[in-house]
Amino acid sequence: MPEPATPEPVISMRAGTATLGARPVLRGVDLTVHRGEVVALLGANGSGKSTAVRSVIGQVPLTGGTVELFGTPLRRFRRWARVGYVPQRTTAAGGVPATIREVVSSGRLSRTGLRPPGKADRAAVDRAIALVGLADRAGDSVDALSGGQHQRVLIARALAAEPELLIMDEPMAGVDLASQEILASTLREQVAAGTTVLLVLHELGPLEPLIDRAVVLRDGCVMHDGPPPEAVGQHALPGHDHVHPHAAMEPVRTGLLT
Amino acid sequence: MEFLSPPFMQRALIAAVLVGITAPAIGIYLVQRRQALMGDGIGHIAMTGVGLGFLMSANPVWMATLVAVAGSVVMELIRWYGRTRGDIALAMLFYGGMAGGVMLINLSDTGSNANLTSYLFGSLSTVSEEDVTTIVVLAALVILVTVGLRRQLFAVSQDEEFARVTGLPVRVLNLLVAVTAAVTVTVAMRVVGLLLVSALMVVPVAAAQQIAKSFKVTFVLSVVIGTAVTLAGTVTSYYQDVPPGATIVLLAIAAFVALTALAAPLARRRARVQQPDPAECTLEVPGARPGADDVRV
Repeated sequence: MPEPATPEPVISMRAGTATLGARPVLRGVDLTVHRGEVVALLGANGSGKSTAVRSVIGQVPLTGGTVELFGTPLRRFRRWARVGYVPQRTTAAGGVPATIREVVSSGRLSRTGLRPPGKADRAAVDRAIALVGLADRAGDSVDALSGGQHQRVLIARALAAEPELLIMDEPMAGVDLASQEILASTLREQVAAGTTVLLVLHELGPLEPLIDRAVVLRDGCVMHDGPPPEAVGQHALPGHDHVHPHAAMEPVRTGLLT
Repeated sequence: MEFLSPPFMQRALIAAVLVGITAPAIGIYLVQRRQALMGDGIGHIAMTGVGLGFLMSANPVWMATLVAVAGSVVMELIRWYGRTRGDIALAMLFYGGMAGGVMLINLSDTGSNANLTSYLFGSLSTVSEEDVTTIVVLAALVILVTVGLRRQLFAVSQDEEFARVTGLPVRVLNLLVAVTAAVTVTVAMRVVGLLLVSALMVVPVAAAQQIAKSFKVTFVLSVVIGTAVTLAGTVTSYYQDVPPGATIVLLAIAAFVALTALAAPLARRRARVQQPDPAECTLEVPGARPGADDVRV
């Protein structure tokens, strides 16, 4: 529990448990992220890191424990404009063509709700697109983008609401080096402006210098909570070994190709 | 313009225009969320409503609306809860609805096979004045929802999980899409028929997206295509004595083929005009959008 004098943490999960079917995915996870911190959630496939972030934003129901966002219990949390979410996706496209601006604009709905967007909203959308370096392509269809550019669109969509907290699920998956550098510099600007970040990563990669703290999960339990591991890459993490407990249930991704 | 004089044709043309607008307007969201065949399912369910209307001597269009709306809500509930065997439950709903409709129409005194055919494949001469009033009211409702809430429905249909985290009432919006689709099915029922309703929700959208880059242009273009083919099909059907539903759908498919043929040279010209960053080698991933529709509802 934090001291009453210190500001409340932005994210506070206590003893979180969750199951997928009958299998426990989270087995009492404590996760606290303070204002201005950049926290990486690391771990092998099936360790529960994705489930952990998705339960923080209410997309996976917890079977036990509590989650608070900005000091408000998740069930009563309504101010979603304070949260920017980048889900784990390989594409920003849907079944119908849409431009980058159209997709990014939907991120602004957490502020506009049912009212039509005003001048300030459109400016925020343009700013978000410029932040990820796609300003000259704002009117292009997202169908014509590369994998890395898709990720940049998804991040711009999260930034359109000008959030205080960014939650990103594997933003670097399938992203080419050039886009990784752009994403890292975008994130650096956000962090410099005071944004709090929680991100799921497979390996630290180019984001390593930004990360204040790493939380390593293994089989739904926190194995490490502290400074990011020295060696780069998940193979050096304490939570990673190649004796995979769920090998029979899901394909093992080695991380070599991602 | 001789086709404008008979009152039944005036009614049919009003209905046709409204169908041409509303079917693609809601259909675009179904295509966007890869539920292109949902309209087909609702059409099957609406059959039972038509049958009930005959049996109870009530207005079949209103009864079809009631049953189709109830069916679409059940389909949406199945999508929420019944993850594993959802497709089987939906199959029961579709075919049960169809069989129920045929049975009920045969049981009623007023219903006949000719009547049934007019509901299945559409008919111009049977659009009554009462039907026109109903269709106008329902179409207004559909346009209000699909245009008024376009930003919200776009977000929900593009990425449902993300939309939930923006705090949008996603469940309410999903139900609204389902109910609006059901209402559209009954609007279109008299002109194109229940079995071909879904085509008018999907084909104009598919045609428009061959040449459109944005959602906005796809929306406008699909409504334009929808209106053009329903009007042309209705007039053709008047002169040639062919079923209007089939004519309309074949015209829509012709539009799709024509625009697809047009799309390739258009894309080449666009690429020539734009010449993006010639100094830099920008390698794009082609076909990032998965092609096939997911038939899960």
